[in-house]
Amino acid sequence: MQSAASDKPDRGVVVLRLGEIFLKGRNRRKFSGALVANARRLVASLDDVTVEPKHLRVLVRHPARLERQVLERLGHLFGLHSMAPAVVTARELEAIADAAVAEARAFAPGTTFKVESNRRDKSFPLTSMDVSREVGGRVQIATGLPVDVHQPARVIRVELTEEAGFVFSRILPGPGGLPVGTAGHTALLLSGGIDSPVAGWSAMRRGCTLSAIYFHSFPFTGDKTKEKVLDLARRLAVWHGPITVHVVHFTEVQKALRAAGPAELAVVLYRRMMMRAASLIAAGEGARALVTGENLGQVASQTLDNLAVIEEAAALPVLRPLVTFDKIEIIERAERIGTYELSIQPYDDCCSLFVPRHPATHARLIDAQRAEASLDVGEMARELAARAEAIRV
Amino acid sequence: MSRPTDIYLDNAATTRVAREVSQVVVDCMEKEYGNTASAHHLGISAERRVKEARAQLLAAVGDAGGALGDVIWTSGGTESDALGVMGSARARGRRGHHIVYSSIEHSAVRQSIARMVRGGWQASEIPVDRDGVISLDALEKLIGEETQVVALMLVNNEIGTIQPVAEAARRVRVLRPDVHVHCDAVQALGKIPVDVGALGADSVAFSAHKIHGPKGSGALWIRHSAQLDAMWGGGGHQDGLRSGTLNVPGIAGMGEAVRIAIAEREQHAARWSGFATVLTEAARAAGCDVRVNGEAAPRAPHVISIAFRGIPAQPLLHTLESRGVLVSAGSACSERDRRPSHVLQAIDLGADFGTVRLSFGRETLADEVERAAAVLTDAVRSLR
Repeated sequence: MQSAASDKPDRGVVVLRLGEIFLKGRNRRKFSGALVANARRLVASLDDVTVEPKHLRVLVRHPARLERQVLERLGHLFGLHSMAPAVVTARELEAIADAAVAEARAFAPGTTFKVESNRRDKSFPLTSMDVSREVGGRVQIATGLPVDVHQPARVIRVELTEEAGFVFSRILPGPGGLPVGTAGHTALLLSGGIDSPVAGWSAMRRGCTLSAIYFHSFPFTGDKTKEKVLDLARRLAVWHGPITVHVVHFTEVQKALRAAGPAELAVVLYRRMMMRAASLIAAGEGARALVTGENLGQVASQTLDNLAVIEEAAALPVLRPLVTFDKIEIIERAERIGTYELSIQPYDDCCSLFVPRHPATHARLIDAQRAEASLDVGEMARELAARAEAIRV
Repeated sequence: MSRPTDIYLDNAATTRVAREVSQVVVDCMEKEYGNTASAHHLGISAERRVKEARAQLLAAVGDAGGALGDVIWTSGGTESDALGVMGSARARGRRGHHIVYSSIEHSAVRQSIARMVRGGWQASEIPVDRDGVISLDALEKLIGEETQVVALMLVNNEIGTIQPVAEAARRVRVLRPDVHVHCDAVQALGKIPVDVGALGADSVAFSAHKIHGPKGSGALWIRHSAQLDAMWGGGGHQDGLRSGTLNVPGIAGMGEAVRIAIAEREQHAARWSGFATVLTEAARAAGCDVRVNGEAAPRAPHVISIAFRGIPAQPLLHTLESRGVLVSAGSACSERDRRPSHVLQAIDLGADFGTVRLSFGRETLADEVERAAAVLTDAVRSLR
């Protein structure tokens, strides 16, 4: 087993396979350009790692000792369908076979395998079939592992390009989706809870960039909650690059809204005001939609009627990526993306004061508008947006 | 970073390290940095520091010279409680599997007991009355054939009530002479007189950072006759009860902090009682239903816990903070993601009361308390 390590050259490469980007026809250049730029951002702090687009693939070349870090970081690259840590060889059968043997030596004894080859460079003297047969034979002789061309436990892949050969046997899944930056800018209504960070992540996975907007109700929510929201934004930024969080100081407006209407309408009035202020902040930075963690029926007030009355106050389309998720699905996703452990940290709850015991479940627009009639809601929203504090994380 | 405008009334949470103490700590880090186990002069001077701190602590708790017991240096109150409770229980595992403790013990004790319960032990909780004092009769009824450990805190960390530990230990021994009595005295040291002999406990837990000493430093006093199992193994330091190179800076710092706390205790206790009165009056001036938790019970002077009907705890804390007054808060109800206080529940404080705990240290000044009192009245009014 000594040779497996010593055969390994000191440079490695990860071959990236792009996801739905292939479907995007003439837009392909834009999509792969964004993916390459995002990949470069992810590996920027690693020494001597390069990202180069090559035909339908992207190659990330790295010092062999950094393989684990490179793979870990590329795991945050939206638009990446899968990645294969490969060995780069000369375009010679000898070198390719040596690399394939080294790869196979890492397999468990008795593992069945086959070799699959792909010749992008048709000038190579052997056909793909020939390469597979030849390399497979040498691996079998060198390792004694059985070949099974129909149902192999492992597949050793050989790719031949004009410049080099690539040999790999591991294919790791990427996060899928579309590269961040290809779907336009959005504004995420971010709280300290479990849902909204997942909603933001879901929008990013469909290619959106985002800013976050957090409504802070000091002293009813403390500054630790604000820190927690910033920590959540930092966690999202791993997938996205730096994020601007707009902290909106909401307390006074919240008090005025509570005084203006019947108690059971309070939640709807707060959320309508959030939509107005968020629309202004979002429009100011060119966002094309708002993103929320709202869900149908998770709490009593999340009804279709209420969502409609709330949305009526928004000046931009409202995306609700989690609208049909079960809570358990949201939690699973939150755990997977690393926001759950932050979201469940204790935080202050303004509910005891601001949320009525029995919120309306079927609010009517006319009632909301009647309650708002005594207030200059437009001016209040402008004031909230103007006084928001922008923090880059 | 503390701000010049801060009025720090959260000394029961932790205290600022005294200048004299940090000097000792730095000296032990930079100059006398030896390992107490080393045979050369740096090792000897480090050992001398530890001996000095031991003498200071023993003298402070009424056991000068260590006639009754010895000191195990730990990482703080939590470890001291864990060693006192779990260590004694494990040493007695062959005799019985029952622990008795009060309903207002610190989490360090409660969670140590919870671990023993997961390992098959039984535990019984002694109820407290509405003023936060245990019922001695209830305690007696809970002591049985199987009982091995009784855990009682001397001063409660949330409401400051003093438990009748000495009388409790006496009554326990009448029923079961060989029970191990553990006492959490973390909030008592330097605040009220502590005399381990009079307490009658077998192990007593202390912490440095509550008395202007460094964090990460504490001690467990153990009676010579007490039996403990170590929590972990290692190089056999401290008679094998707590292996690990001694934290000489922390220990020496704790010794110095104890020395100061004992020398100044009476002088500060009188000031603190006055502060508590000023703040209680300010709370009552806000014009809502106000309760002093544990009001009728004997209480330590450095902490006062005030409950306001209809005022939620967290917003009150944040309002006070926004005006420079730093305190702790709690309530008996669960505020969605915040756990209710088991102490406030144990004294049956209504869920509609928000509580703030104001606690004082050697640096707390009368004019700060006057200003804080005005802020408190205002803050409560603004939230009504």
